[in-house]
Amino acid sequence: MTAELGNFALALALGLALLQAVLPLYGAARGRPALMELARHTALGQFLLAAIAFGALTRAYVYSDFSVSAVAQNSHSLKPLLYRLTGVWGNHEGSLLLWILILTLFGAMVAVFGSGLRKTLQARVLAVQAMIGSGFLAFTLLTSNPFARVWPPPLDGAGLNPLLQDPGLAFHPPLLYFGYVGLSVAFSFAVAALLEGRVDRAWARWVRPWTLAAWAGLTAGIALGSWWAYYELGWGGFWFWDPVENASFMPWLAATALLHSAIAAERRQALRSWTVLLAIVAFSLSLLGTFLVRSGVLTSVHAFATDPERGVFILLLLGIATGGALALYAWRAPALGTGVPFRPVSREGALLLNNLVLVTACATVLLGTLYPLFLDAFDAGKVSVGPPYFTATFVPLIAPALVAMAIGPMLAWKRGDLAGALGRLWLAALGAALAAGATLAYGETLAALGLGAAAWIGLGALVEWSERLRLGRAPAGEAWRRARSMPRAAWGGGLAHLGVAIVVAGITASQCFQSELILAMKPGDRAQIAGYAIRFDGVSEVQGPNYRAERAMLSVLRDGAPAAVLTPERRFYPVERQHTTEAAIRTTLFADLYAVIGEEDAQAGRTVRLYHNPLVPWIWIGAIVMAFGALISLSDRRLRLAAPARRRRQPAAA
Amino acid sequence: MRRLLFLLPLAVFAALGAYLYVGLGGDPSRVPSPLVGRPAPVFAVDGLATADLEGPALVNIFASWCVPCRAEHPLLTHLAEEEGVVIYGVAYKDKPEAANAFLAELGNPYRRIGFDEDGRAGVEWGVTGVPETFVLDAEGTVVFKHTGPLTADAVRRDLLPALGR
Repeated sequence: MTAELGNFALALALGLALLQAVLPLYGAARGRPALMELARHTALGQFLLAAIAFGALTRAYVYSDFSVSAVAQNSHSLKPLLYRLTGVWGNHEGSLLLWILILTLFGAMVAVFGSGLRKTLQARVLAVQAMIGSGFLAFTLLTSNPFARVWPPPLDGAGLNPLLQDPGLAFHPPLLYFGYVGLSVAFSFAVAALLEGRVDRAWARWVRPWTLAAWAGLTAGIALGSWWAYYELGWGGFWFWDPVENASFMPWLAATALLHSAIAAERRQALRSWTVLLAIVAFSLSLLGTFLVRSGVLTSVHAFATDPERGVFILLLLGIATGGALALYAWRAPALGTGVPFRPVSREGALLLNNLVLVTACATVLLGTLYPLFLDAFDAGKVSVGPPYFTATFVPLIAPALVAMAIGPMLAWKRGDLAGALGRLWLAALGAALAAGATLAYGETLAALGLGAAAWIGLGALVEWSERLRLGRAPAGEAWRRARSMPRAAWGGGLAHLGVAIVVAGITASQCFQSELILAMKPGDRAQIAGYAIRFDGVSEVQGPNYRAERAMLSVLRDGAPAAVLTPERRFYPVERQHTTEAAIRTTLFADLYAVIGEEDAQAGRTVRLYHNPLVPWIWIGAIVMAFGALISLSDRRLRLAAPARRRRQPAAA
Repeated sequence: MRRLLFLLPLAVFAALGAYLYVGLGGDPSRVPSPLVGRPAPVFAVDGLATADLEGPALVNIFASWCVPCRAEHPLLTHLAEEEGVVIYGVAYKDKPEAANAFLAELGNPYRRIGFDEDGRAGVEWGVTGVPETFVLDAEGTVVFKHTGPLTADAVRRDLLPALGR
């Protein structure tokens, strides 16, 4: 019964979405307040209905209702409760429902927090949002109904891919979808602005918080995904340039560019039509990612079960949404007018450079991801573009942005003073030179460049803060006063840049200084890696809730005595008939000792892989710092959603 | 002119959409082998270059850090010693010392070995992962590519027929 309730709620939500897609637009064009007002209520209603549907599906998973086809195919009664819950979105149908839930949540948020918006703009934004919603609701109901029944119901479910039975991955999709779908708001704002024919400062101020929230979600989601790949796939790597990873990375790059160009649009009225285009592109890339992951056009290690028919439907959605928005852009954007002119060396210039680099990098990733498909289209055979392509193109492309990152925030708007900015960055330059020099002593040129860049960016962010606070040049009390009145956006921006520095350091050190040892070990054997002595103490059998595992004991010895124990596992899930490896990781925050075991060989012993990964935890720490920076920036007064209204009231109070 | 600039994103997207639509008709599980039917790619690394390759032969991309390479090693040894197949090895993204230690431990089935420390040859060969094995015919044309570790089955079914046996 619950499943039917969920199905009914989804159908009702589609009805509301269709209404909301049409009537408010008409109301905004004809100046009918009641029709515009309608959008706010239908947006809240849609969210409520989507929540009911999601609740119904969750209940079916929790109580293992195997008469629901999606549950029977993806769950199992022996699965721990947490994974029965996360199993809700661990498959195509359920993840679409999660996507819809978040999409309607964002719609409801625009309805609730958007009361300060121009009425026509709010109505149009919600209408566009509802068009996207209708598309996804129709897609779900027509091609991938999560509530479809099976008869007769199987005795037990087929289980969930064991690789996905993991806390890291359990929360990876919700965060990522929060990011993908959050970008839909920026998209809706862009389309609404084109419909209105107006892109002003208020518009740019409104787009930024949504983009910031989406960006924070994307950053955290991507980081969580790569962390999962790091400890679960057991290859010791954290990023594989897999099509699915690229599908999340491309919107991230576009959203990063959008965040920066929106600053220029808000402060200086510069880059306005470009910002609108970026908002369209960022969400289109999210849709493209969805298409790539679910249509089966590209093979990937973690694509969902794919189906060409669904592919056609998503492609159609993509065509209508992106094609429509870009056609509107071609028609209306020329009338938006050009911005205030600026010199190449200025804050605007630096933001433009940032945008050029990020967009080019994004295009490179897109090309690499789709290249196999292009060749296939011409029947020129198949090729999979591997990590060598991406490393060879992406890294040199992004390098100038890393150098410019520290300089940009030091430049003034309109006309900057490059020499002055560089002069004030002497401390960062010194730090970068020291870091690079120290690394060069180990004979790794690339590592020296990477760590030098990390020091440059990190110290650059600190210098920018101290400049703003006039640290060392004004009394401490003055600096404290300035720190308190410094806009949160400045704290957040600096923090995000600091996060990038930490990530760059982590990637560089883990790539250039990784130690690796693969050997066959018998109980009592010892191995040496990166100054650690490790003793293999044997393997024991362990029984988990829905798996059996072989657990190895590896003692980390200090002065001959065991200081820690690593217990990597090889699990076998009988229901799914799959093996997984569970890496054992001992981290000091400055390096990870990472161990995985392979199969037993009667003669040689057990295959053991040991890695020493310096600074690898910094990659995820840096990503957290970046996301945290975005959240701080989000709490800035200027971006707080009722800010324009409050500002209007201020003169009256004074 | 300015208007055309604003039309550009739409044009790019339309082309992209058309490609994606055509791509939908394709079969993603078909063998990924852009090189098949073409001469061996031009490459030169320490120890091995295109001119050194004399077909019919196998070109095996391996690395000491790659666990599946250990798994397929006995098969390569068997092919080289029992079947007399010529095998060229490319140690992909591997330090020469590490690759030599690997071969010292497990035996060396290769006629020649190229040390592709920075992965340049890997790019030329379109390597997506290690191990990969290419089959060259007598003219030096790539006739088959096997992705992943070799299995006895794959050798019997694909490799030996491709070698003309």
